[in-house]
Amino acid sequence: MHLNSGITLLFLLAGALFIVGLHQLSSPRHARSGNLVAAAGALIAILATALILHHATLNLILMALAILIGIPIGAVAARAVKMTAMPQMVATFNGVGGGAAALVAIIEMLMVPRGTSASLLLSISAVFAVVIGAVSFSGSGIAYAKLQELMRGTPITYPGQQPANGTVAAAIVVVGVLVVVPGIGLLGVWVLLLLALVLGVAFVLPIGGADMPVVISMLNAFTGLAVAGDGFVLGLPILIIGGTLVGASGTFLTMMMSNNMGRSLGNLLFGAFGKVQLGPEVAAAGQRSVRSGSAEDLGTLLAYSKRVIIVPGYGLAVAQAQHVVRDLADTLEKRGVAVDYAIHPVAGRMPGHMNVLLAEANVPYEQLKDMDEINDDFKSADVALVVGANDVVNPAARSSPGSPIFGMPILNADQAHNIVFLKRSMRPGFAGIDNELLYDPKTVMLFGDAKDSLTKLVAAVKVA
Amino acid sequence: MTSQLVNEISIFVLAVFLGFEVISKVPTILHTPLMSGSNAIHGVILVGAMVIMAAASGPLELTLGFVAVLLATINMVGGYVVTDRMLEMFKSRGRPGPGQS
Repeated sequence: MHLNSGITLLFLLAGALFIVGLHQLSSPRHARSGNLVAAAGALIAILATALILHHATLNLILMALAILIGIPIGAVAARAVKMTAMPQMVATFNGVGGGAAALVAIIEMLMVPRGTSASLLLSISAVFAVVIGAVSFSGSGIAYAKLQELMRGTPITYPGQQPANGTVAAAIVVVGVLVVVPGIGLLGVWVLLLLALVLGVAFVLPIGGADMPVVISMLNAFTGLAVAGDGFVLGLPILIIGGTLVGASGTFLTMMMSNNMGRSLGNLLFGAFGKVQLGPEVAAAGQRSVRSGSAEDLGTLLAYSKRVIIVPGYGLAVAQAQHVVRDLADTLEKRGVAVDYAIHPVAGRMPGHMNVLLAEANVPYEQLKDMDEINDDFKSADVALVVGANDVVNPAARSSPGSPIFGMPILNADQAHNIVFLKRSMRPGFAGIDNELLYDPKTVMLFGDAKDSLTKLVAAVKVA
Repeated sequence: MTSQLVNEISIFVLAVFLGFEVISKVPTILHTPLMSGSNAIHGVILVGAMVIMAAASGPLELTLGFVAVLLATINMVGGYVVTDRMLEMFKSRGRPGPGQS
């Protein structure tokens, strides 16, 4: 598309704002303004577009109508939905974006018989945008359904699923080639659309509900790539910039998210094929991964919490880290985080062990809370920071009659919004048994010597 | 290969590197807002939908164009608003002293 220099520069400004905004979105200090910067870029892009449109009036009226209807739908849906339904909302908005990208490419291809030029690259980009956009559209729909519990979250598999999906994908490639090479015409485009919608569903169906956030991130990247494809089709660099930024950053983010879950992306997307799907309890036990994090990451989590409860244990004493933990608590309090210590009666190797240890580090007496005082507070704590403790937070004490620690009252660390475990390794604690809490989705491990890890956390909190 | 196409490919390549670089250090608490924010950014497809709809003719193209503009608008507006909502908790709080919640 040929644009004059003024409009081109406006689009360039919009693209620059997308880049700056995206960058700021990755830092807690500037995340909120980053979103606004990107929104400003979007607004400038829209205004620049309005300046170049000078076609039939009916079209512009309908266009304005569509925009005016879309604004309140988007805004109200985004404001009204419950916070717990956030992932579904992102899935929905991503899906409609993918649908829009696919439609734009389809309309462009419908215009070809009328004389719109159809160079090879344009056709390939258009086919790409239709397929990827449609996969994202229907895939997001399934993701929404799984998250909203409209369908069961366990992976849906059936015999011959992998060959079936492979066949659909192959058919898409074949039809796509036929569309690009002139001859098959518009029918091919509709067939392509249908096949791609089917593939989107088939692709997401065998992925477990708990893995949906990673899937949504991937589909987000897909939509970005579809938008970039449309940028080539229409000759609009702003679409190439915006779409590719999202495609690249979304791909990177997807890999980070699957790393955090301790599973490779391939296992997550294709792992369910061919396996008999057992009930959720058994299925969960088959994948023993723990999430481990970096000190920078966890320091940020702590710094932006409102309430942190520290659960000290024997590991704290072994590492002689009581002074550093006091340091961490002070640093957090300077940031307005409320910090308490939850002392379990048998934490350490003898009653009172923890109290003595922490008193030696000059921890204010009133911050040391015993189990009965503080157990109800865990559910409103943002982070339960478990330092070298293990059995005293093991939920098996409540739920497994066969367990050696069954019946022992424990600290309700599992009720906190996030649980961070500082541990030297995965070795069991004093009671010699596995701790289910380590595998909880809310739990992140920070491996290493307690003193070492705590020192890194203090540094990370200071710069968060 | 036209020079416009070469330019577009250059932009694409640069944007790929930028996309990776620009979010190289994201703390885990920001993964979901970042996903949501970048979701809003690809709502820029609205520009493409507007352009194509302006050139559309006939009921089929106009209807498809209408739907495309509508969906793109929802993506864009909904995306930025929902991201802002998620990021409300990162508002810098006035620093209360210890013991206050």
